[in-house]
Amino acid sequence: MKRSVAVCAGAGLVALPFVYHQPYPLHILIVILIWSFAYTSWSMMGRFGLVSLGHGGFMGIGAYVTALAWNHGGVSPWFGIPVALVAGGVLAVLVAYPCFRFRITGHYFALVTLALSGIVLQVITATRDHTGGSLGYTPTRYQGGSSLYALQFTGKTTWYLIALSVWAAGLYAWHRVDRSMTRYALEAISEDEDGAAAAGVHVTAEKLKITVLSAMMTALAGALYCQYQMFISPDTVSGISISLQMVFAVVVGGIYVSLGPTVGAVITILLAEVLRISFGTRAVGWDNLVYGVLLVLFIVFLPKGILGSLLGLRRRAAPAAPPRAQTGAA
Amino acid sequence: MPILDVYLLEALINGVLLGGVLALISLGLNLVFGVIDVVWICYAELIMFGMYGMYFLYSVFHWPILAAAALCIVGVGALGVLLHVIVIAPLLGAAPINQLLATGGVLFFLQSAATVMFGIEFRNLGLRLPVLKAAGMFISYSRLLAFGAALIGMVAVYLFLRRTYTGAAIRAIAQDRQIMTLMGVDSRRIYVVTSALGGALAGLASCLLVLLYDVHPFVGLTFGPITFLICVLGGLGNFVGGAVAAFVFAELISLGGLYLDLEWGYVFAFVFFIVMMFVRPEGLMARRS
Repeated sequence: MKRSVAVCAGAGLVALPFVYHQPYPLHILIVILIWSFAYTSWSMMGRFGLVSLGHGGFMGIGAYVTALAWNHGGVSPWFGIPVALVAGGVLAVLVAYPCFRFRITGHYFALVTLALSGIVLQVITATRDHTGGSLGYTPTRYQGGSSLYALQFTGKTTWYLIALSVWAAGLYAWHRVDRSMTRYALEAISEDEDGAAAAGVHVTAEKLKITVLSAMMTALAGALYCQYQMFISPDTVSGISISLQMVFAVVVGGIYVSLGPTVGAVITILLAEVLRISFGTRAVGWDNLVYGVLLVLFIVFLPKGILGSLLGLRRRAAPAAPPRAQTGAA
Repeated sequence: MPILDVYLLEALINGVLLGGVLALISLGLNLVFGVIDVVWICYAELIMFGMYGMYFLYSVFHWPILAAAALCIVGVGALGVLLHVIVIAPLLGAAPINQLLATGGVLFFLQSAATVMFGIEFRNLGLRLPVLKAAGMFISYSRLLAFGAALIGMVAVYLFLRRTYTGAAIRAIAQDRQIMTLMGVDSRRIYVVTSALGGALAGLASCLLVLLYDVHPFVGLTFGPITFLICVLGGLGNFVGGAVAAFVFAELISLGGLYLDLEWGYVFAFVFFIVMMFVRPEGLMARRS
């Protein structure tokens, strides 16, 4: 039953651009899908109480390594993106391994990772001779516009399908983790590290695995964003505000459910777009104003997020289904 | 090139002066961090509002500068109390990370409230203070003034914490949260006083920073992150450690800026922070969550 609903919804999403191809709504959908994937990547570790404020850094690495490899080395994104993912993974290990080894947890972990996103932002700005600094950076257009080799497409439909498949792959990864022993290990760790270790869980290794996975997925989101928008700047793909934006969207959507980050992305991006269209330049700042108030309200009143709370209500209405334990810190 | 040339000396002195201001900023955050065990991610945004307050009172309404500064200190102190009562108090029992995220929401709110109300133009007081020329070095009076006022502010807070009953209660709560409520200290009242004090320090910092930097809604991001790192590096609730860390960071930024770029100074400071977290985790942090 659940599977058939998912298959139907998936088929509908794949068929959409062939039936309906207005460029602007498709653009919004693509942006939503890319950010949903980024937010899902963050929630892979965030749902286990590993709150990272460094994911802006991983996203920036993904975007800039891919673009720099293409512009300076002539390396196709087909090779550049894997290199960017490895770079993101290595950076994650460099920072996260000592953190986990020395048991830096909770808001100390958040602050160390905050320093990481600060470093990436400042390095991008400081190496302005190569990266364009805060003015931003554009991957060179391949002659002719669209090219599979350069991973550059002018058609929105192609991009929609790419973003859709990456987003679906992200959800698949989420479910794979959800059904693995890793999930139980990490839930145990988020409740009590010593207890988990005593029960035979390799705390550092389990945390490191999920962190590297999450970081590499975020780097992929950054690379994808770069290839689609063809323009990146330190403020749009890296830094502390992007890190906070990820946390915020996930908390609003629902941190413990697979579609929570997606719901968060839909809400935040639609809110920004609606305000922008209805108020134009007068709306500058209003979207973040509403975000900020919502974030505070959600953490105080609805820590499970919109989707999480809705599903919780439905589950309470149908007592046959066993309630799933909600563990860890939101 | 001599080892101690005049540029190096100038950078060192400017580093010390910057360190004083950073120490003052981190003192307020450290106080809140150490006593209430909450990270005000939006601390730098409180300072930004204070800077706007100074700008409007002094440049637009033509108040005398000391009166403007006094009102800013009181006003930002009140903002600190509001932040505590509205956002932090309902979350005191929640996971620490939720409190951190909620103040992240306040950060978004304050930034965009400033954008909506004041626009994104850079503004400054238009106050031209002379530059001190000594032995071939250029040191601006505004930096000296900020440094001096930061020192006075820190001494005042130190005396308050050491010499008054409330100050003793604040230090006691920072040492042991559970036991002090049993000793008859009303921790809620102490939290409000601490928030007011933390806010007032942010207000004082804003009066000094407005002499050095232009105000715009995102000015908080330029010195906010470094402030958290100083607090963590110095040790939770360890005010002396925080001051030492502030001077180390300021020298790193200043010297990095001398030899390379200002951004590289920040990179060195961030890298230094991460390395120190690994090298001396227990020595640098008084408590862990």
